[in-house]
Order: sequence, then C-alpha cells, then structure tokens
Amino acid sequence: MSHDQFEVLSNQAVAFCAVAYFLALLCHLAEWATARAVPAESRRGGADEHRIGTEAAQLTEGGGVDTVTRTDVDSDRVDRFARWGVVLTVVAAGVHLVAVVARGLAADPVRVPWGNMYEFTLTATLVVTLGYLMLYRKFGLAWLSPVVTAFVLVTLMVDVLLLYTPVVPLRDALQSPWLVIHVVAAIIATGAFTLGGMCSALYLVKERWPQTRPGGYLSRLPDLAGLDRMAYRTHAFAFPVWTFAALIAGPIWAQHAWGRYWGWDPKEVWAFVTWVVYAAYLHARATAGWKGRAAAIVALIGLATLWFNFVGINFFFGSGSQHSYA
Amino acid sequence: MSSELDEQRLTSAPEAPGAPPLAPREFARWAWRQLTSMRTALVLLFLLALASVPGSVVPQEAVDSVRAAQWREQHHTLTPIYQKLGLFSVYDSVWFSAIYLLLMVSLVGCILPRTKVYWRALRARPPSAPRNFARLPQHREFATDEPPEAVLERARAALRGYRVSTSSATGGSGSVAAEKGKLREAGNLLFHLSVLVVLVGFAGGSLFGYKGGVIVVSGNSFANSLSQYDDFRPGGLFKPADLAPFDFTVTDFDVTFITEGRETGMAHKFSAGLDYRSSPTAKEQHTRISVNHPLDVDGTKVYLISHGYAPHITVRDGQGQIAYSGPVVFLPEDSTFRSFGVVKVPDAEGPDGPTQLGFEGEFYPTYAFTDATGPFSAFPDAKNPALSLLAYKGDLGLDDGVPQSVYSLDKKHLSPIRNAAGKPMRVDLMLHQTVTLPDGLGSITFDGTSRFVKLQVSRSPGDVIALSGVILALLGLLGSLFIRPRRIWVRVRSDDTSEGPAGRRRTLVEVAGLDRSAGGDLSGEIDEITAKLKAPDQEDV
Repeated sequence: MSHDQFEVLSNQAVAFCAVAYFLALLCHLAEWATARAVPAESRRGGADEHRIGTEAAQLTEGGGVDTVTRTDVDSDRVDRFARWGVVLTVVAAGVHLVAVVARGLAADPVRVPWGNMYEFTLTATLVVTLGYLMLYRKFGLAWLSPVVTAFVLVTLMVDVLLLYTPVVPLRDALQSPWLVIHVVAAIIATGAFTLGGMCSALYLVKERWPQTRPGGYLSRLPDLAGLDRMAYRTHAFAFPVWTFAALIAGPIWAQHAWGRYWGWDPKEVWAFVTWVVYAAYLHARATAGWKGRAAAIVALIGLATLWFNFVGINFFFGSGSQHSYA
Repeated sequence: MSSELDEQRLTSAPEAPGAPPLAPREFARWAWRQLTSMRTALVLLFLLALASVPGSVVPQEAVDSVRAAQWREQHHTLTPIYQKLGLFSVYDSVWFSAIYLLLMVSLVGCILPRTKVYWRALRARPPSAPRNFARLPQHREFATDEPPEAVLERARAALRGYRVSTSSATGGSGSVAAEKGKLREAGNLLFHLSVLVVLVGFAGGSLFGYKGGVIVVSGNSFANSLSQYDDFRPGGLFKPADLAPFDFTVTDFDVTFITEGRETGMAHKFSAGLDYRSSPTAKEQHTRISVNHPLDVDGTKVYLISHGYAPHITVRDGQGQIAYSGPVVFLPEDSTFRSFGVVKVPDAEGPDGPTQLGFEGEFYPTYAFTDATGPFSAFPDAKNPALSLLAYKGDLGLDDGVPQSVYSLDKKHLSPIRNAAGKPMRVDLMLHQTVTLPDGLGSITFDGTSRFVKLQVSRSPGDVIALSGVILALLGLLGSLFIRPRRIWVRVRSDDTSEGPAGRRRTLVEVAGLDRSAGGDLSGEIDEITAKLKAPDQEDV
C-alpha cells in the first residue's frame, strides 16, 4: 500500500471506530436504562456478576409471579446490552489501533504517529479505551462504560472536526528518539489522568446526590470510598508516568534540542503546574479536611490544567512556545 | 509533605480559644508546627502552581529577551507595573522564590521528624495483635479441630515474606503479628529528599553556569567573550574568566524549504557549518550543527536555535559617502519569515550638517501584494526579497548613555522623512534597487541577502545533579505509591464451650488485616491466608 492509501485507511478507520464507539455507547445507555427496572442489590460489582433471578425478585415489593419473570427478563437484557457494549468497544479499540498505526505508515518516511495535536489526541483516546478495557474485569468497571464511550466518541469527533491535519513529515525538532519516549509517556499519562478524572467527577456527582432512585445509574456506582479508591489507583499510576514524561524525558530531550533542561517555556510551565496540582491531589487525599470532595476537586483541576496545556497553549501562546506543534 | 500521613500531627488541636497569649518560644513552636503542617504544604503547593502561570503569559526575560523587549515597547502603561511585580522574570522573583523556599522549609520540617520515626519503626517488631479484631477493616474467623500450635505454625508458613513475630501459645492461645511493605515510607522519604537534590542542582547550575544568545550572520565569526553576546545571563557566582576560550566562524547555513505538497513552506533540515577552535592556539575543526545536534566544546554547548535573514543595505548620505553598509539582522515575525528590522545610520552628513538617519520596517523574502492583505511574504525562502521601510531623520539617541536595542528605533528625537506630498516616506526596495531620499538626504540601496543563525551558548554544571535528583525522586515515588504497607494478625485460642466430633477441643482462629497505604483493599490477601490456615475439611463459623 502506498503512503496515500494508508492515510485514507487511517481516516476511514477513525470514522469506523467512531461508529463502533457510538453503537457501544447506545448499548451502554440501553443497559443502564433497562437496569432501572432491576433492583440495585442484584447487580453490584460489575457486568460479570449479573447473577440475578428469583432471589432478587423476591426482594422486590409485591414480588408476584409477574415481577419475577419481568426482573429475570430485564436482567438478562441488561447483561446482554452490557456484553454487546463491551464487545463493540473492543472492536472499536481494534479499529482505533489500526487508525493510529496507519497514520504512522502514511507518512513518508514512515514515522511514529505523534507529530501533531490530531495524532496526539487520536492516540490518547485509544489509551483511555485500552486502559478502561484492561481494568474492566479486575475492577468491575461496568459503571464507567457509558462515560468512557461517550468521552472517547466526543473527543474523536472534536479531533476530526477541529484538529485534523493531513499527514506530513516530522519537523526537524521532532526527529529524535526522545520523541517516542517523551511523547508516549505523556500520552499514557494523559489517558490515565483522564480515566482518573472520570472517577473523580463521578465521585463528586455521587457525593452531591447520594439519594437517587434505586436502580438508577447513580445508585449503581460503587460507593464513595470505592470511587475514591479507583480514582486514586489511576492517578497513582499516571503520576509517576507524568513525572517521567514531563520532568525527566522532556528535559533530557530539551537539553539535546534546545540547549537547556528546563526553560520555562509555556508548555513546560503548564506541565509543571499540572504536576504540582496532582502532587497536591496525592497529598490532599491523605489530609484531614481535604479527603474526599476537596481531593476530587483538586484532581479535576489537575485534569483541567493538563488539557489546557495540551489544547490551550497551542491556541493562545502558539507563537511563543517552542512546543507549538504538539 | 507526603502522600500518606499521620493524622494525629495534622489534627493536633490548637490551643483552646481564650487561652493567654503565647510566650515567644511557644509562639515560635506554634508557627513552626503550622508551617510544617500538611495543610500549609498543600496551600503552598497551590500557590506554587498559581505563581508559575504568569510566566507562561508574560514573555520572560530569561526565556526570550527579544520578545520581552518587544512586549515592553508595545505596553507602556503595564510595563512599569509588571516590572515592579517582577513579571518579566517570574521564576527569579522574590515572591516565587519565597513560595518555593517556604515549601522546602515545610518539606524539611516534615521529613526530618518522619525520618526519625521511620528509623525507629524500622527496627521495631510488628505491633502485637489488637484486642478487638472486628474493629479492623478486614477480619475473618473460623473454628478448626487442629490444636492452636499447629494453626500458628501454618500461619507462619502462610505469612512468608512478612516480618513475623509470634506470641507463644500459652494456655491454648497465641497470636502471630506480621508486617510488610515498610519500604513505602522509605520511598516517600527518598522522593522528598530528592526534590531537595533537584533544587540544589538547579541552584548550582544557575549559580555557576551561564546562558547566552548570539545572532551571527553567515560568514561572520564569534569568539566566546562577554562583549560578543547579544544577551547574556550569568549565574550569581559566574566569573567571566570561566568562559571557555573558543571561537568559531559560521561558514554557511543550509536550509531547504518544502516547495510543494501540503507542507509547503516548512523548513526542512536546517544546519549551519562551523569552523571552530577550542582555544586560540588549537587546530581549527569543521562541524555542522543542527537542531538536536549541538556542538560541545569542553562542556560548553553551542545550539542552533533559529535562523532568519540579514539583508545587505547600503546608505549613502547627502555627500554621496557610504554612511552605512552591511548586513542588517531582521527578526522573523511569522512562519513566512516576514521579518522586522531597523537600520541606524549615526554618521550621515545631510545638506545642513550632520543628520542621523533611521529606518525601520519589514523584510519579505518572497514579496507579494494584494489589495486585501497589503504586502506579505508568500514563501519563507528568499525567492523575491523586498524591503519596505519607513525613513526617519534627527537624533537616534545613541549618545544618551542608555543602552539601546539594535532591533528598535527610539523615535523620541526622530521625525519621519516626508515625501513630496508631505506624507511619511515609505521606502520600498526590491533586490539591487536604490531609492533616493528627498531633500538631499542621500540614498538607500538593497544589495543582497545573507542568512543569520541564532545560536545559544550555555554551560550549566548543576544539571546532572538535578537530573539524577529527578530520577531518584521517581524511584522514591514509585515506592511510595506502589508498595503497600500492611499488617496481618492471626490469633488462635481454644474454645472451651464446644467440643469437636472427636471429643477434642475446637480452636477458634481469627485473621485480621490492616492496609496502611492510601486506598488499599486487603480482602483478597486475607481470604487467601484464611484459606491456607484452614485444614482441607473446615467450615466457617
């Protein structure tokens, strides 16, 4: 295949995986809509623990014969929707991966597909999906499915509509093995922070509206401690990776390319701000008076600085930043 | 300052309200405790993040002095205020330094006592079992027919990898206390100590090192001495004698602009040829430098930062004498290399005695014009170079004793040269053209174009320390985040109330665990250990 054909393949793959994400999102919405008819206790712990039936039905009020059958049918449907959603997400992730790889093969000479914002976003969303799929079983992340699929879908749309750039060769400044090291780490950290941010956001929502309709989505989220733990896990993974990307690999590369380890370039400033805010999050989580709500807010502030650094810097300080291409 | 803290110290209650005023010593102690408290550290962290932001908005003297100077010229009202606030050098400013120094004091005040505590805890035996297991987050219990000693023996085996201490099974009861993951705190301490190392490295680098920028027109030379730099930022303890005595000539500059396809106009592979000598007596060597490939002369590095055009301009005065001739550096303003520059001609003879001439305006490497846009550069390569300058006469202000930027014109004592229509005169020059100035002031000629390279010369001896500090910090961080300190207790006692099937006394076994990390969940481990303690045919109580 020629380079141009790879580019077309990549674009088509993006479109296709967006459709798959959309269908996955629909499945998950159907899953949670159907689940409203099923009592919350019966579905705790995620998609693979949907053991339900007479036992649960007897718990429901007025548990006549009709209710038993209805709940049974509903819970089967819930399971089916959940499974379909995950299967579609797996398919979408596969096609998404094809899009990323083809993007790299489309360049002449072939290069890593992390040369501009479009490619960075394309890869970071894939990291979000892969992270979610990898943790799905271990931590029973069924409750995160609609958030992840919706987020990835919207971000991909924004990426294609606003950030799309045709395939071009890498600039001189980017031709270095550190591109792979620095940018991959930054992408992984961004994806993980994003997942963590979703958990923190859900924490805040659940904390704000603790009493919701039994069976509804909010009532099926893990309890606050569980959400907090999940948020901490993802952040605790992302933070060292970010430290490596922004404070080790970045400076080493900057030393090669620009003659200084650290130069307070706007992008560096905001990478530092992000790092400090997430450091504050890790501390806040262990401090009386800051635990829980405040810590979750700090995590979301961190995520906001991270995204601002990625998008805002390029738009507002583009000419003044040595990172203006990223 | 650490990710997981002893709560007692944080919540240590302040004195009761209405208490008598504190004696100075108590006050100092109170202030110290406040400063080293986690909450203060958190607030300082937020302040640090917030204080960093202005440096990304206002051009920084230390990052790009040219841009900072331009900004100051465009903002007359804000400049003095910003100057006062130190907004042009945020990261050296008093308030920024105050924040991070306070943070460092807070950090030291936090980790020193913790190191002491940790040192003691390191040698201590695992704490013995608490009385009430049900209070712990995870606990299990079951009964077995085995004697207590056998269960304890099994427990010791199951807790391989833990530090274990056993209280002997006297009178049919006993317990095992086990502990693991003490290295978490070590990682935590290492991380925070390393932050100090990074700071020391940074400080060392900025004290003993220097960083200078210089623009060299292709064909010209540079010798590493203070007077040759356009901007020079020495560290506090830097001595000019520390400058390595090298020199070089920029022999050529090579750049290819992509001329077709979507990347039209992108510079592709630019590099500069240098003939350099590491000292005046050394042999001359040739090298090429480019982005990602600097020249290293005995620890001092020369980087190719950017490039641009230096049109050759000749100004003749009213007497027909050459008053100025040579390449003038025009600084690029955008990716098409539309560039801005200034020509200062201090020694021109006008018709009525000496008059200084000044020109400022733009250089277009590939000149193009539409009514809608006015003049612009259609391509970054010098395909159709043109100059468009405004001409001034009067006093350039060079003798005021105030150093001037060569990239801007001080128009305080200058007046525009007017054309026949009385409008300020715009001099438009294509390559090799000459324009005669009115009133017998002389003429200006555009002779050709050279390229210049912007180089950075720097030496920062502390960087290796800072970098190793960051790497150590990362190792510590990994330890402090992923090592899970936990304690597990197993207690056995003979149950006097019931008897097993074989007429033997039953033994009650309790297992409990405490995950001391932030956000840990021990239920899996506890289940596993409980399973190992059970003989094959056990059932839960």
